[in-house]
Amino acid sequence: MNSAVRELTYSQAIQEAMAIALESDPRVFLMGEDIGVYGGAFQVTGDLVERFGSDRVIDMPISELGGAGLAVGAAMTGMRPIFEFQFSDFATLAMEQIVNQAAKMRFMLGGEVSVPLVMRFPAGSGTGAAAQHSQSLEAWLAHVPGLKVIQPATPHDAKGLLLAAVQDPDPVMIFEHKLLYKVKGPVPEGHYTVPIGKAEIRRMGRDATIVATSIMVQKSLKAAEILQTEGIDVEIVDLRTIRPIDRETVINSVKKTTRLLCVYEAVKTLGIGAEISAMVAESEAFDYLDAPIMRLGGADSPIPYNPELEKSVVPQVPDIVAGIRNLVQGRR
Amino acid sequence: MKNESKSKAKSEPANVPFAFRAYSPEQLRDVLRKMYLIRRFEEGAEDSYTRGLIHGTMHLSIGQEASALGICMPLKSDDQITSTHRGHGHCIAKGAQVDRMFAEFFGKTTGYCKGRGGSMHIADVSQGNLGANGIVAGGIPIAVGAALSAKMQKNGKVVICFFGDGANNEGAFHESLNMASIWKLPVVFVCENNGYGMSTSTARSTAVANIADRAAGYSMPGVIVDGNNFSAVAEASSAAIERARRGEGPTLIESKTYRHRGHSKSDRNRYRTKEEIDEWKELRDPIALFESELRQFGILNDAGIEEVRASVEKEIADAIQFAKDSPMPNTGAALDYVYTELPQ
Ligand SMILES: Cc1ncc(C[n+]2csc(CCOP(=O)(O)OP(=O)(O)O)c2C)c(N)n1
Ligand SMILES: [Mg+2]
Repeated sequence: MNSAVRELTYSQAIQEAMAIALESDPRVFLMGEDIGVYGGAFQVTGDLVERFGSDRVIDMPISELGGAGLAVGAAMTGMRPIFEFQFSDFATLAMEQIVNQAAKMRFMLGGEVSVPLVMRFPAGSGTGAAAQHSQSLEAWLAHVPGLKVIQPATPHDAKGLLLAAVQDPDPVMIFEHKLLYKVKGPVPEGHYTVPIGKAEIRRMGRDATIVATSIMVQKSLKAAEILQTEGIDVEIVDLRTIRPIDRETVINSVKKTTRLLCVYEAVKTLGIGAEISAMVAESEAFDYLDAPIMRLGGADSPIPYNPELEKSVVPQVPDIVAGIRNLVQGRR
Repeated sequence: MKNESKSKAKSEPANVPFAFRAYSPEQLRDVLRKMYLIRRFEEGAEDSYTRGLIHGTMHLSIGQEASALGICMPLKSDDQITSTHRGHGHCIAKGAQVDRMFAEFFGKTTGYCKGRGGSMHIADVSQGNLGANGIVAGGIPIAVGAALSAKMQKNGKVVICFFGDGANNEGAFHESLNMASIWKLPVVFVCENNGYGMSTSTARSTAVANIADRAAGYSMPGVIVDGNNFSAVAEASSAAIERARRGEGPTLIESKTYRHRGHSKSDRNRYRTKEEIDEWKELRDPIALFESELRQFGILNDAGIEEVRASVEKEIADAIQFAKDSPMPNTGAALDYVYTELPQ
């Protein structure tokens, strides 16, 4: 067992996971646009084509619907594809194969097949790429039974969850926030997995629970530091998997802190925060609540190009600080 | 204009290129001006990006100027185009003002999209440009829809649909060409084949040798032109536009060209050689080729060309200043334009 831990970036951690999967399982192959010599639009596949060859690191034409469908077909018949969308926004072109085929195939065929498919989606705003290259569409896919949807927030989890996804017999959709790619963190060497469907408490606290996803975990941690100086002690639950949701971790945290703020970048309306809020409201944690459940999410707007407007439509650290202050002080 | 060009054609020898028979010296001079405008605009945008005045990314069409201009030259001002992520040239060729384009890149309210769209969504709807597009092949069905609209409204408009070679492998391309053909819609499909979709060469991505070969599958003419030769492009475009206007249906033009710059700001050019890039820059630069024809056919001499260049330098400098001086949108207005504002 090799357990040395190094500092890697989020994208290096993903690349390492893919290399381990390619090395250890001949059924694994990568497919996507410009993932070969270009190294991927965000340099996540990097030099994997040199190490594993173009038969296993396959550059495909710009054909998202067809490519996604090929991955479904290959997964049904003995392979383990890891399919990269260049931007998560282009999932919209492949929705037919993801939603009608990959998600339901096992069900429709009465359990006679499974679809061990991994799809990776670089997502989110903050890069000035405007409305068609900045969306957070994870809740769309999380709405579809048959898919598992994960959003790693740290390099450690990015690697461990990807390796778990590759082993998983069902389609797993991984949303990677583009601004996380350069974030560094400790990553163990070698093979390990992080369980799908399990949230992680990133920070223990007494006064309020933040349930956050993806980059909002990092922003919430910053907000928690500021709040600490004001004597407000926040617990942060990194949801990690948005389908299936780790009900137990969320509910136990809320029972302890008695307050809940959901923080996510995707459009707030009809999003993951609505699901978490309803889940808590329907649970035994409801009786423990000392304040209304609150959500912070993206505005009801496409992502604008102008950098100031762009920042203004997704939650920022000061918004989280203010949200928690209201939640805690409102009922004191 | 048209009659004048016909009579002129008779008096000139047959080996005079189309553009020099069809267009007046003033028009040809303006073509050169616009070629420079595109190039200097993009160089200015690149420079502003390097200085941190523009964020995001951008896709430069330097090297492809003759294609944009040749295609748009035969259009009437109320004809329409759909464009791509590499759309600055199309926008200028269709008549946009560079000051409002720079303002858009700077995220200002005076920009064509009021700072909401940026480079990838640049558009000048008033000039019939229905917009660049962040989605490869995203504009293709939209162009066909605009052509359907023109046919239903009997307004005589023709739609030019620009896209890259990479787009020809999207389903939207195939579905759109088929519908345009069965309904004989007034649309011209223009594939600007610069050899690569990002890092992937057409040889690696596409089953046919020429994108124009795809036309046969949809029963429309497929035409290949040298995209760096303004006159050749204008000639092909002119024929296709006339055919569309006569109600005879679509044409697929493949304009073979090359982008001098990387795909976007983050390209390390690892998929092509320096020799290849240099050859296109040095031997097949569309502006240099057009200038030598302008000299050869006595339209402009060196001094005349210099005058055009200088006027463009000034226009670009003024446009950048305009963009810098323009106001930023107010963050309170972030939800503007999500829906159409209804009168109270
Ligand atoms: C549906 C979709 N897939 C992928 C991309 C990412 N992307 C943007 S431009 C591009 C290459 C397009 O190549 P081509 O159509 O030849 O146009 P060019 O860039 O050469 O002008 C790619 C892959 C995208 N924007 N949209
Ligand atoms: Mg191309």
